[in-house]
Amino acid sequence: MASDAAGAAKTTYREAMREALREALRADDRVFLMGEDVGRYGGCFGVSLGLLEEFGPERILDTPLSESAFVGAGIGAALNGMRPIVEIMTVNFSLLALDQILNNAATLLHMSGGQLPVPLVIRMTTGAGRQLAAQHSHSLEGWYAHIPGIRVLAPATIEDARHMLAPALADPDPVLIFEHGSLYNASGELGPPAGPVDLDHAAVRRPGTDVSLITYGGSLPKALTAADELAADGIDAEVVDLRTLRPLDGRAVAASVARTHRAVVIDEAWRSGSLAAEVSARIAEDSFYELDAPVERVCSAEVPIPYARLLEQAALPQTADIIAAAHRAVD
Amino acid sequence: MKHDEAEDIVKEALTDVVPEADLTTLGPDETFRDALGMDSLDFLSFIEILTRRTGVRIDDEDAPHLTTLADSTGFLLARTE
Amino acid sequence: MAEFTMPSLGADMDEGTLQEWLVHAGDPVRKGDPVAVVETAKSTIEVECFEAGRIGQLLVTPGTTVPVGTPLARIEPLAEADTPTEPEAPAKPARPPRPPAAEGARSTARKPSRRKPTPLQAPTATGPPPDHDHAVEHRGHGDEGPLVRHLAEEAGIDLDTVHGTGRGGRVTRADVGRAAAAARSPARVTPYARRLARELGVDLRGLTGTGPDGTVRASDVRAAAPGPTTPPTPQSGGGVPARASAVRRKEGMREAIAGLMSRANREIPHYYLSTSIDMATALDWMHEHNHHRPVGERLLPAALLLKAAARAAREVPELNGHWLDGRFAAAEEVRLGVAVSLRGGGLVAPVLRNADALELPQLMSQLKDLVARARNGRLRGSEVADPTLTVTNLGDQGVEAVLGVIYPPQVALVGFGRVVERPWAVNGLLGVRPVVTASLSADHRATDGAVGARYLTSVDRLLQSPEEL
Repeated sequence: MASDAAGAAKTTYREAMREALREALRADDRVFLMGEDVGRYGGCFGVSLGLLEEFGPERILDTPLSESAFVGAGIGAALNGMRPIVEIMTVNFSLLALDQILNNAATLLHMSGGQLPVPLVIRMTTGAGRQLAAQHSHSLEGWYAHIPGIRVLAPATIEDARHMLAPALADPDPVLIFEHGSLYNASGELGPPAGPVDLDHAAVRRPGTDVSLITYGGSLPKALTAADELAADGIDAEVVDLRTLRPLDGRAVAASVARTHRAVVIDEAWRSGSLAAEVSARIAEDSFYELDAPVERVCSAEVPIPYARLLEQAALPQTADIIAAAHRAVD
Repeated sequence: MKHDEAEDIVKEALTDVVPEADLTTLGPDETFRDALGMDSLDFLSFIEILTRRTGVRIDDEDAPHLTTLADSTGFLLARTE
Repeated sequence: MAEFTMPSLGADMDEGTLQEWLVHAGDPVRKGDPVAVVETAKSTIEVECFEAGRIGQLLVTPGTTVPVGTPLARIEPLAEADTPTEPEAPAKPARPPRPPAAEGARSTARKPSRRKPTPLQAPTATGPPPDHDHAVEHRGHGDEGPLVRHLAEEAGIDLDTVHGTGRGGRVTRADVGRAAAAARSPARVTPYARRLARELGVDLRGLTGTGPDGTVRASDVRAAAPGPTTPPTPQSGGGVPARASAVRRKEGMREAIAGLMSRANREIPHYYLSTSIDMATALDWMHEHNHHRPVGERLLPAALLLKAAARAAREVPELNGHWLDGRFAAAEEVRLGVAVSLRGGGLVAPVLRNADALELPQLMSQLKDLVARARNGRLRGSEVADPTLTVTNLGDQGVEAVLGVIYPPQVALVGFGRVVERPWAVNGLLGVRPVVTASLSADHRATDGAVGARYLTSVDRLLQSPEEL
C-alpha cells in the first residue's frame, strides 16, 4: 500500500493511481469520478476498487454504456464549477466521445473569449499486449495529441501514476490521461517523485551518451530493458520518457539528441502519422546538425492489432526491435 | 517552384555570400541584412546568385521585397509561377 | 644584387610573418610578380617583387616573423637569354579575350598570370623537378582572377579540368566551388560530422567513412582530428569555436587599429564638416543604367559616391596626399582607400588606384573584387599600399552620418552615411528626396576649413551630373 511518509513502500501502478484518486477525492469536494463500472465493479481494470464504499454513490458514479453522454455530462459539470474525473474504459471507445472532447471540451474556452474553461480530467486505458483484440487494443493517444486546447499525459512510471493527477485537476484546461493497460500490474517502490511532478517536462529515465531512446507510456519499460541489454553490448543508451504528449517537450528531445547524436523513437501506435512521426520531424527541424545517423522509428505493424498471441506480439514494438534499431543507428 | 525549393535557394545564396552565417538562428521574418551584417555589395552578390539559379529578373526596385527569408521566398515563388 | 625585403604594407605595420613562398630559388621573376604571402596583423597579403631577375637564395623560411625591411630573398640579375617570355603567347588557347570594360582595369590584368614562366631548360630530357611541372599543367589558364587561382590551388583543383561558365569561358569562383565540392565528396557525411569537422578543423576530403555505404560519421572526424582525440562533448555546441590563428589575427588587428587610431587622435588636430546631398538625380540615373544590364554589371550607390570622392580629390589636391616630416606632400595620383569592415570584426582599407580616372563599371568591378578578396581571399601588397585619401561608407550599416578618424599619414577621411528619404525643398516646393550625408574629417595642420568646404561642394556638384562621373 502506498505510504504518505517519505519512506518507500512496495506498490503497483494500479494502486498508485487509486491512491491519487483517493487523495483528490479527499482534498476537494468538487472532485467526483464517473464512468462505466467504476463503482460497484471497482473499475474495469480495478483502479477504483473500494472507492464507492469510501466516498459513496454521490461521488463515485456508475454510468450507462454511453461515452458521448457521460463525457458530455462531465463537461457540463466542469463548466458549472465541479472537478470531474471521467474514466473511459479504453481509447477505442473514446471515439464515441470524440465529438464532446474535440468540439466541446477543447474549444469552449477559445470560442467563449476565455469565459468557459473546462477543468475536466478524462482517464482512459490504451495499448495492446493482453489479447483483447483490435477493438480494445489500439494506441490512439497520438490523435489526441494533435488537438490544441487539451493537455495529453502518458504516465509511464508508478511515480507519475501517483503524482500526475493532482496537477491535472489543477489545470484549467481539459486533461486526458492515458494509462497503458500493461502497466497496471507494474510493481515497485514508490519513493518520492523521481522526475518532475509538473506536466510540462519530459524526463530522462536513464542517462546515456551513445543513442537516445525516446518513448512514452507502455513502451518505456521495453526501452529501459533494451538499454540494459545494449549496455552489455557496450552501447550507452539514454532513455527519454516524454510524459506529456501535448504540449510536447521538444527542448528535452533536442537536448538529449545533442548529447547522443542518434535517436530511436519508440511508439506503440502505427508509424504513419504517429506521434513518433512528430518527434522525428522535430528532431529533423531542431537537431539536424546534431545527427550522426538517420532517425530510427520502432512502431506497431500497420494492421488492426491481432488477437492471436503470437501475431499480437509480432505486431508490437519489442525490446529486440529497439535493440536492433539502436544498433543500426550506432554501428 | 515549390516553397521549400525557393527557401533553399535563398538560404544557399545567403550562405554563399556570408559563409559564416548561422541560418538556424535566423527567423523567417528577421531582416537578414541586419542580422548577417550584409552591406550593399553583399546584397548585390545575393541578387546575382538568386538570378543565376532561378533565372528570375530582379531589378533595383525589387530590393524592398527581398529583406527576409519569408519575403524573399515569396518573391521567388511569385516570379516563377 | 638586389634584395627582396619585408615590405611595409601600411603605416601601422612594424613586422610581418612570411607565410608561404610563391617562387622557388632559380625562378625568373618580373616586376610585379607575386613572390610571397605575408601575414600582417590585419590580413594576409600577396607581396609582389619590385625588380626583374632571378630568385636567388631564399633567406627566410615560412612561419618566421621579421621586422619590416628584413631581406627575405636575393634577386640575381638575369642572363640575357633568360628573359622570361610572356607565358600566354605560345600556349594561349582559343579563348576569346575578356571585354576590357569589366575586367581590364583590375590590377591583376596587368600581369594576367602568376604562373611561373616556363624555364628555358624545361623541355630537356631530364625535365624539371615535379614541383616545377605544376606550371606547365596550368598552361592555358592565364586569365582567371587571382582569387579563382588561389581557390583552385587551395582546393587542389586543376583549372584545366574545370568547365568555365564565366564570360568567354572563364572559370569563375562558383565553378571552382563546384569542382571542389565534387572532388571532396567521396561519400556521404552526416550533418553532425560535417559540423564537427568544421569545429575541429578537419578536412573532409580524403576521409574514409565507417558508416553504412561509407558514410563519414562523427567518430571518423574525431579520429582524423589533429592532436589529442576530443571526447564527445556533452553539451550542445553553440557557435563554432574560433581557431587559434583567427583569434590571434583578431587580437593583432585590434592592436594595430588601436595603435594607429591613438596616434591619429594624439597627433592630428581634426576638424569636421558635413553636408546633405540630394541623390535623386544620381540614383535615377543609376537605376536607369542598371535596368539595362545583367545583375553582374549593375552599379551600387557606393560606386557613384566613391567616384565623386575621387574626382573631388583631384579637384582639391590639398586633401589628397600625406603629412610627412612636418609638411604636406601632395600625391600625384588618387589612390582611394576604401574602408572594408571584416565579418567578425576589424577592417582593412584596400586601394582603388587612379579611382578618379576609372569608368564607373570598372570602378564597380574593382570594388567588388577588392572587397571580396579583403574578406575571403588575399590582397596584393600593391593593393593595400599608400592610400592618399580614404572613404568610409558606413551607410551600409544603417547610420546616417559618420565623422571618422584620419588614417595617418593621410590628411583627410571622407564619410558617407545611409541614403535616406527626407523632405527637401526644391524651387520653393517641398518634395521627398533621397539624401546622403557626406562628411569630411580633415587635418587642420594641412588645410583649413575653407578647403574642406570646397571639397564637399565638389562632391555634391559631381553627384548632380552622374552621367559625367
